Amino acid sequence: MNHHRRILLKSTLAASATGMAISAGLLTPKAVLAAWNTSAFEAKTVDAALTSAFGSTSTADSDKIKLSAPDVAENGASVTVTVKSSLPRTDAISILVAENAQPLTASFDLSPRTEGVITTNIKMGKSSDVIAVVKADGKLYTTKQQVKVTIGGCGG
Amino acid sequence: MAKKSSTIQVRSSVKKGVATIKCLISHPMETGLRKDKKGNLIPAKFIQNLTCEHSGDTVLDAELNGSVSTNPYLKFVFSGANDGDTIKISWVDNTGEKDSGEFEIPTRRR
Repeated sequence: MNHHRRILLKSTLAASATGMAISAGLLTPKAVLAAWNTSAFEAKTVDAALTSAFGSTSTADSDKIKLSAPDVAENGASVTVTVKSSLPRTDAISILVAENAQPLTASFDLSPRTEGVITTNIKMGKSSDVIAVVKADGKLYTTKQQVKVTIGGCGG
Repeated sequence: MAKKSSTIQVRSSVKKGVATIKCLISHPMETGLRKDKKGNLIPAKFIQNLTCEHSGDTVLDAELNGSVSTNPYLKFVFSGANDGDTIKISWVDNTGEKDSGEFEIPTRRR
C-alpha cells in the first residue's frame, strides 16, 4: 500500500512539473499559442485569403483609404507601406501582396480608440499589386497600388 | 525605457492625448519558403501575434505572416493617452518564442 502511494506521489509531481514548464514557456504546445488564422495566412490566392479572414470576398473600392507605397521598390525585402483609413468605425486593416506565395501579409485589429493608420515593412517577391483591405462598420473596403520590385525579397 | 534588455525598441510621443508609437523588433522573420545555399528549406520562424496594451485596452492586435520584413517595424496611433503612460508590447512567434516589454511614453520637452 505504501508502495502505491509512492507511485501516486511521483506521478503527481511529474505532472505538475510539466504544467510549470508550460507556463514558464519552456514547452510550447500549439494550444498555448495565441490565435493565428492559419488558413487565411497560408492561402495561396487573394480571394482564398479574404474568404478565410473575413468570410467574404465582396469588397468595395474606396477613396477613403490611402495606401502609400513606393512606385518602385529597389529592394523587395523591405517595402514600407502605410495604410490610412478615414472611414468611420475602422476596426481592422489587412495588407495583402497579390503576387506573393502567401498573399496575406498582416492583419491588424484596432480598438475603438486606435486610429485607422498603420505603417509597416513588408517583403515582396516580385512586382505586384499591394492591396489594403479595411473593415469598417462591418463592411469591407479596399484599395490597391502597383509596386515595381527590382530585387525580390523572398529568396531573390 | 525598457525595464529589461529586450528585442523590442519603442519610440513614442503623445500630443493632445494622441499617442504615436513606433516600434522596431529584432526578429529574423524567416518565411519557411526560402532555401539555403545547399538547397535545403530554412525552417519558418516569424512573429505571428503582436499586441499593444494601454490602460487595460488592447489598442493593437496584429497577426503577421512571414512576409513581414526582417526586423519588423510598426507605427500606429491611438487616442486617450497621457504623458508618462505605460504601454506593453508583446509578441509570440510560430516556434513559441516570445518577448514583451513595458515602455513609458516620455513626457514631452517644452
